[in-house]
Amino acid sequence: MSEISTLTPVLTDDWDAERSWTLETYEARGGYRALDVALGMEPPAVVEAVKASGLRGRGGAGFPTGMKWSFIPQDNPKPKYLVVNADESEPGTCKDTPLMMASPHLLVEGVIISSYAIRAHHAFIYIRGEILHVVRRVQKAVQEAYLAGHLGKDIHGSGYDLDVVVHTGAGAYICGEETALLEGLEGRRGQPRLRPPFPAVAGLYASPTVINNVESIASVPSIIGRGADWFASMGTEKSQGFGIFSLSGHVRRPGQYEAPLGITLRQLIDLAGGIREGHELKFWTPGGSSTPILTAEHLDVPLDFEGVAGAGSMLGTRALQVFDETTCVLRAVLRWTEFYKHESCGKCTPCREGTWWLVQTLARLEAGQGSPEDLDLLLDQCDNILGRSFCALGDGATSPISSSIQHFRDEYLAHLEHGGCPFDPAASTLFADAAVPATTGA
Amino acid sequence: MTTTPEKAQHDQRTDLVTVTIDGVQTSVPKGTLVIRAAEQVGIQIPRFCDHPLLEPVGACRQCLVEVPDAGNGRGMPKPQASCTLPVAEGMVVSTQATSPVADKAQQGVMEFLLVNHPLDCPVCDKGGECPLQNQAMSNGRGESRFSGSGGVKRTYPKPINISANVLLDRERCVLCARCTRFSEQIAGDPFIALVERGALQQVGIYEKEPLQSYFSGNTIQICPVGALTSAEYRFRSRPFDLVSTPAVGEHDACGAAIRVDHRRGKVMRRLAGNDPEVNEEWITDKDRFGFAYTREQDRLTYPQVRDEDGSLRPASWPEAFAVAARGLERARAAGGVGVLPGGRLTAEDAFAYSSFARVALGTNDVDFRARPHSAEEADFLASTVVLGTPWDGGVSYADLETAPVVVLVGLEPEDEAGTIFLRLRKGVLHGTTRVVSVAPFATRGLEKLDGRLVPTAPGEEAAALAALVEQGEFGVDKHAVVLLGERLATSPGAFSAAAALAARTGARLAWVPRRAGDRGAVETGCLPGLLPGGRPVVDPAARVDAAAAWGVPTLPEAVGRDADAIVAAAAAGDLAGLVVGGVDPDDTADPAAFRAALAAASFVVALELRETDVTRAADVVLPVAPVCDKPGTFITWEGRPRPFAAVFADPRSLPDTRALAGIAEELGRPLGFRTPEQARTAMEQMGPWDGARPAAPQVPAAAPSPGEGLVLASWKQMLDDASLLDGDTYLAATARPPVARVAPSAHAALGDAVTLTGDRGTLTLPVVPTVGLMEGVVWVPARSAGGGVLADLASPGTRVTVRGAEL
Repeated sequence: MSEISTLTPVLTDDWDAERSWTLETYEARGGYRALDVALGMEPPAVVEAVKASGLRGRGGAGFPTGMKWSFIPQDNPKPKYLVVNADESEPGTCKDTPLMMASPHLLVEGVIISSYAIRAHHAFIYIRGEILHVVRRVQKAVQEAYLAGHLGKDIHGSGYDLDVVVHTGAGAYICGEETALLEGLEGRRGQPRLRPPFPAVAGLYASPTVINNVESIASVPSIIGRGADWFASMGTEKSQGFGIFSLSGHVRRPGQYEAPLGITLRQLIDLAGGIREGHELKFWTPGGSSTPILTAEHLDVPLDFEGVAGAGSMLGTRALQVFDETTCVLRAVLRWTEFYKHESCGKCTPCREGTWWLVQTLARLEAGQGSPEDLDLLLDQCDNILGRSFCALGDGATSPISSSIQHFRDEYLAHLEHGGCPFDPAASTLFADAAVPATTGA
Repeated sequence: MTTTPEKAQHDQRTDLVTVTIDGVQTSVPKGTLVIRAAEQVGIQIPRFCDHPLLEPVGACRQCLVEVPDAGNGRGMPKPQASCTLPVAEGMVVSTQATSPVADKAQQGVMEFLLVNHPLDCPVCDKGGECPLQNQAMSNGRGESRFSGSGGVKRTYPKPINISANVLLDRERCVLCARCTRFSEQIAGDPFIALVERGALQQVGIYEKEPLQSYFSGNTIQICPVGALTSAEYRFRSRPFDLVSTPAVGEHDACGAAIRVDHRRGKVMRRLAGNDPEVNEEWITDKDRFGFAYTREQDRLTYPQVRDEDGSLRPASWPEAFAVAARGLERARAAGGVGVLPGGRLTAEDAFAYSSFARVALGTNDVDFRARPHSAEEADFLASTVVLGTPWDGGVSYADLETAPVVVLVGLEPEDEAGTIFLRLRKGVLHGTTRVVSVAPFATRGLEKLDGRLVPTAPGEEAAALAALVEQGEFGVDKHAVVLLGERLATSPGAFSAAAALAARTGARLAWVPRRAGDRGAVETGCLPGLLPGGRPVVDPAARVDAAAAWGVPTLPEAVGRDADAIVAAAAAGDLAGLVVGGVDPDDTADPAAFRAALAAASFVVALELRETDVTRAADVVLPVAPVCDKPGTFITWEGRPRPFAAVFADPRSLPDTRALAGIAEELGRPLGFRTPEQARTAMEQMGPWDGARPAAPQVPAAAPSPGEGLVLASWKQMLDDASLLDGDTYLAATARPPVARVAPSAHAALGDAVTLTGDRGTLTLPVVPTVGLMEGVVWVPARSAGGGVLADLASPGTRVTVRGAEL
């Protein structure tokens, strides 16, 4: 891993450009040239290139993107669809939103190349409804692309047609689950579908559908433009390429750090200027709240799919939420669990009822009212949810609880001994540091 | 607990898959779900959302099993929902019986289900027959860790109406989505849906549109908890206090299997029986809720005879028999007696009427048709309908699922034959069946069948049928099925055209009457030209055959009078006596003429359940037993016998058979049987006619008669002013309100209400503009407003004038 020392801005390369979101800026910096390359290739060759690059899904699960595309049955007479999952809602995850804000055309170009590869003539970008500003940026970019001939009929004179629809979600985390997203896109309640059939066979409107994360699709132009070998030269053996690492929480310079997969948190924290002044790392999530938390002992775990899995967690969306020693882990876990309770779609019993119960058990513990046996009860509840739910939402809800009990059992028990939370909740806030001198000065 | 009897088991299956469940190897058809395969080897996996007649959803997660080998040598990492997992060759499954993992998963899900479920089993209707209660005992823990740890349950206000019939208690709901899936997938009335999310998810309705469905009661029955309850039954009894008796629905000709639950001589509720050949597990709300009529205040509970002062006075049964016999004998001498049994009889009782007319009264003046009818219809019944059964090539329910084309002519199945409607919908949703309807407009029912309309004004069905054959696009060939409704009797040439269509294309015909007893009355010869078993009166050999069976020397040779002719003859004084069964005068072709005939006849014997215009005019009134108080058989529209036993023994009334036998014995010409069981034996001994059958009618189509006003189209809605629906206010509240339907252009001209004027009176109704309704046609429900169309508006086949009105 020693060669990973610098950032590799590709997706984020334009972010500091003047009015980076405009077509003018994007084209001036080389945008839509990869599209010409792709249109000069046969669609299967584009799929092969993406396969060869080793690009794995950036939405969290890490499924090889090229392989997903090759599952689309091309002999199926129904239309093929590309759906971009831009319903970024996981607590801590904040990579697609700034990407679409700053470089919407990168996504649009990726959409065109990807649709061309799977022979789709309709593509949908499903954007989380709450991020209205992003929705407008992407809508504007799509409009600009139409007017410039990048979308619509006979794109770049190639004879290839593509229409893109920007769709906004109605405010449900579950719609980030791909089949629930399809339900929402079709106008129904967002609840996951029974699989099989898988979306590649019967997805949107029961037609073959590829659903990819924003970052995956936005990576495609660079793969086509600079070559699969270039892409594969970065990252690790089984997790090739680069990705956006979103650092938030108790670091000096939170933000988006684009780096090859396999970088470590220690390196990223260095890049971010270190942990908050005078504090030390306590725990962190590698990929959003649904991935089991890790601790300071995992600072050197390579942040690729295999490395994080080896440490008992998941790479997820590389949403690195960093918490220092002022944070009560139980408090953080309870807040996350309240989120899952609020976002459980209600379809299946374990997730719906389990999250309802978990919140109550955790809240009692936080108030110092439970008993040590409640920890075993919590773990048993988690055991009865994990792998028993209809989709991964329920699984995700258990991750912070079981991992935090694994790493911080004593801290849970301290709540009981203390008759409540032993932490000062204000100490973990951003204003805590600022407030201290003010108080002393007075 | 719902399980599927695998009716397909005896089929020749070549695509069998062998799986091992809890160490037991079994072979099941490819595609079978693991939960079904487990049932096959006697292993019951707990479940809530799973229902064999609904699409799998995998929502409740109660049926989790461990799969150590998915059939590819590899185990599945997580427990699997056995209700969504199809078997695979070589698959190994461990249920809760052998797998600690599966057992713990199930116990965990059960515990979660109870997190938000109230502990109100002691006052819950479902308590004692509740899958949640039962499976919480079999697959759950005794003590609640949730309430033990101080958990707070989600609560809601107690029940809310999702329709007048159906109440929803949201606290109890386990969100299995059986009710919503039934409404969408089976009934096609998706007026309920899951709304909100998480633990606050709930079954909801659009506030302005309650659950509008003729089949809503099924949601109550398939609810695996006490979330959906019946307004009529709520808090009325406990399941363990009930005695259940299987029975057959008496409200239509479908023969749906039902279960009558009663306590101390009183019906508390009725549920759907499970008969895969007929109604599967579904019944109409009419069959489910329509049973209060037997408890109405006007129920007849003792025989009465006309006293010398002209009033009816109570009498003993022997006296009533004797008075009836004397009166009928005199009337016979004074011109004759007509017999009008009505269409609600069991086959045994119908056989008794048929026998009574021939043996005791020596007449063929008998006709069960208490509605507009025609000679052409009688000929069609004799030539084409009688004796047909599903076992000799006749149309069956199963055929409705598989026939590529089903043509409905003069039949609105959703209103007139709910079980047919559901079967057709099943075939349509499977993509095997297309429905074509010859009718004046595309009803909501036809839309739910995704059916194609052949717009046809009433009276023009014959021409439409002739045209259908010519148009290949409809695909009417030998695989097609044509269902003919009873109102075709008012459309000259329609039955003849149907017979011609069948002869030319090989398509199969079935006659679908409205009443439970109609088909049985045909089979038992309650027609002026037909003796029991399809024996034509005009065939001497058939008469000899029947006479021998009855033990009489001869039978009347001439074809008798049909119901209209009986009414006319009685009014004219040609017939002096009438024996009338369950006939509502307002259902007959000419209600005023019927009442006049009652008044004119010198002697009337009425056999009825409740006081009616007939009993008020009668000289002898005999209280007869409702279907729950006697054994009997209904014959479905298919020709399938549906025998049932008596639910109660109620001494206040007697079966029609017993009453008629009593009179016949007083007349000195006994029928040879007294009880329904004996009548059934006599019927079976007489058997079906194996001689020549009459030819199908060849009545030409009537030319459309131009005239003033609009052509009147009408049929009875399922829930209307029928006397068998009396007494159930909740059910009545779900009836569709009476409206007049006209084409949108006519609506523009007429406004939102109209007054229809015909040769019998006027009706004023709100207007619903109906897209696709033919110009020149107006539709009104037949018995939903006033005294009904026949009594208060117009005679069959005539036109009405329509003008705008204020309501």
